[in-house]
Amino acid sequence: MKMVTVYLLGKMFSVPEDLTIMRAMEYSGFRLVRGCGCRSGFCGACAVVYRLKGQTETHSALACQTKVEDGMCVGRLESFPIKKMEYDMEDLPVAGNVVGQLYPEIYNCIHCNACTRNCPQGIQVMKYIALAQKGDYAGCAKESFRCVCCNICAASCPAKISHGPVGLLARRLMGKYIAKKSRHLEDRVKAIQEGKYIADVQRLMEADDDELRRLYEGRTIEK
Amino acid sequence: MIYTEEMRASQARVEATRSIRLSETLPRFTAEEKDVLLKQFHPDYHEDGFTRLSVGPNKGDQVPSELAVLLQGQSRMDEADVDVDHIQFETDVLVIGGGGAGAAAAIEAARHGAKVLMVTKLRLGDANTGMAEGGIQAADKEHDSPAAHYLDAMGGGHYKNIPELLSELVLRGPEAIQWLSSLGVLFDKERDGAMVTTHGGGTSYKRMHACGDYTGAEIMRVLRDEVRNAGVDVIEYSPAVELLLDGDGQAAGAVLYDFDTKEYHIVRAKSVILAAGGAGRLHYQGFPTSNHYGSTADGLVMAYRAGVPLLYAGAIQYHPTGAAYPPQIYGALVTEKVRSLDAMLVNKDGDAFLHPLETRDVVAAAIIRECQERNKGVYALHGQAVWLDTPMVDILHGEGTMEKRLPAMIHMYEKFGIDIRKQPILVYPTLHYQNGGICIGAKSETKIPGLYAAGEDVGGIHGKNRLMGNSLLDIIVFGRIAGTEAAAYSEQAHPGKGNLDHVRRFDEERAAAGITEKVLSPKLLPDYTHNRGTRG
Repeated sequence: MKMVTVYLLGKMFSVPEDLTIMRAMEYSGFRLVRGCGCRSGFCGACAVVYRLKGQTETHSALACQTKVEDGMCVGRLESFPIKKMEYDMEDLPVAGNVVGQLYPEIYNCIHCNACTRNCPQGIQVMKYIALAQKGDYAGCAKESFRCVCCNICAASCPAKISHGPVGLLARRLMGKYIAKKSRHLEDRVKAIQEGKYIADVQRLMEADDDELRRLYEGRTIEK
Repeated sequence: MIYTEEMRASQARVEATRSIRLSETLPRFTAEEKDVLLKQFHPDYHEDGFTRLSVGPNKGDQVPSELAVLLQGQSRMDEADVDVDHIQFETDVLVIGGGGAGAAAAIEAARHGAKVLMVTKLRLGDANTGMAEGGIQAADKEHDSPAAHYLDAMGGGHYKNIPELLSELVLRGPEAIQWLSSLGVLFDKERDGAMVTTHGGGTSYKRMHACGDYTGAEIMRVLRDEVRNAGVDVIEYSPAVELLLDGDGQAAGAVLYDFDTKEYHIVRAKSVILAAGGAGRLHYQGFPTSNHYGSTADGLVMAYRAGVPLLYAGAIQYHPTGAAYPPQIYGALVTEKVRSLDAMLVNKDGDAFLHPLETRDVVAAAIIRECQERNKGVYALHGQAVWLDTPMVDILHGEGTMEKRLPAMIHMYEKFGIDIRKQPILVYPTLHYQNGGICIGAKSETKIPGLYAAGEDVGGIHGKNRLMGNSLLDIIVFGRIAGTEAAAYSEQAHPGKGNLDHVRRFDEERAAAGITEKVLSPKLLPDYTHNRGTRG
């Protein structure tokens, strides 16, 4: 196994080259409490900053999704403080730009594109902020959809924007107010409340195992 | 080029048979075939992996050995100097666990006017919920019905589901989707607003609702935001380690352990909700896991020590398609939605070996048989694995389908040089879900007055095998029930002083049974330092 030299939180370690940054920390003896979550790239807990040997530029990444490289120097970004406004979803005006009102700093964007460059999900972050500025919630929701809330964007923003909560609010407005209602869902909830489906379920609750088995094996499956 | 030479040779055979397989439909197994397959190859039937409990309410039952050690483990209270009368926090409702069930419970309890404190081991939202990719079931389409949903879950669960719990799940399913929509969860919809729904393994109707393949992540980030809006107090990095009961045996709070300051804190509460999640990080029988770092069965341990029985704690779900390669994502989940979209499971010769939408236990057992008995797998990292022929999705449903419906899967693999739209991927079962857990009634109540439970630490809803999409549903349905009931209970409850007498009683039982092991439980975190657990 080829080994590489890495510097984790300032200490030098030799680790196998195919490890992720997270596994390299554990391999080196760190017992992780903070900065470790789903270990699958969905939770955003393990944001790190690193610099490669001989380079001036720093990079950001999720530690669980990024392989170590020789000479890599790794620091942590977890628990970066972000701005999240509190609001009552039942009482938010969709007209006007409530996202811009709650997060007016989005208008301070200087188009440096650091957020997009650093996003480990490959999201066009600056673009969704521009869409939020215009009140285009649908566009903002679509562009920000794969956000895992690691806050690397916020940490790299000179305009001090908390991008994650901006995208989240746009998506919630989209899901609640703008996306078309599902008629079949509303009808079904109403029908259940009126008691329409209860008797059928109760019959199954009272059926014995043989009867259930017969019904299950004989049921038709929608194509 | 990341695949080995052997893998590439086998991949060529998969590609050679693909055009024939596109029009091939394999028959589903008969009930008898399934029984034989499960008994021979499902890990739940692997006797060596189990231990019979010698203390506690389930004395005599078999559970996975790694779980038995913890259920019969030693309490931290035995050696810590904890003054239960020194109360740091007081609340009406204490929610233990910051995942989907805990968040749903906290939101509902707060809406019912209770003062709510949520304590969580890691961060709010750190849970298996956010890693659920494929979808959430609910019978809300015209030809579907709650009864059909009930029957599917009952058959999939081997007729062991508790009827009173399952009926709540299916009858409240559509309302749960509506509740999530009202919070702003972005479900995939058709132009006219109709939900886009697909099959899951073992469903008779297409009732799987999804948010791309970020379904759980989308639900969790919305719930997390709403917990913050709802005025719930949240204490992170402070797992509960023991429940407190009063002199009459009612719930009275919990003991927390602060990871940062290493101090114990006492919470006094009028009602308590256990929503502490699953157990994948215990790595039963050496399996890798798709679970969150914090999935160490803490809720089961705390409840068990307080005298609450468990149901089906020996029934474990191995998700058939865990990533078997490359090493960086070993054990990570490959969503069942890939099979919902008609990708086939194929062996090293390029032959499909079962209908892709059998239930999870059956598919997992069939993959293990293909690799272990028939020697038809491709050698991956720690043994053989089979192919999931992902390119079939775009061929059958049109180019761009995967990009729209499976963006997380594409992203997970492209980082390692594999384009799943063009290349099949190697999979093997991964430890995914705890089917069993804490015994509850239809009001999410346990046998201890004032103690409620919801989420993956609960047992009975899914029988012995859960269907895809029923856990995201159960955390919402029973999380909400638990929150509502615990809030109502707290209005009239006046628990006396909290104590740890139940822990002392459990210690005496351990001593009488001759258990001298000093393993501390709940475990709280897995131990991966110095390359331990590298197969996880």
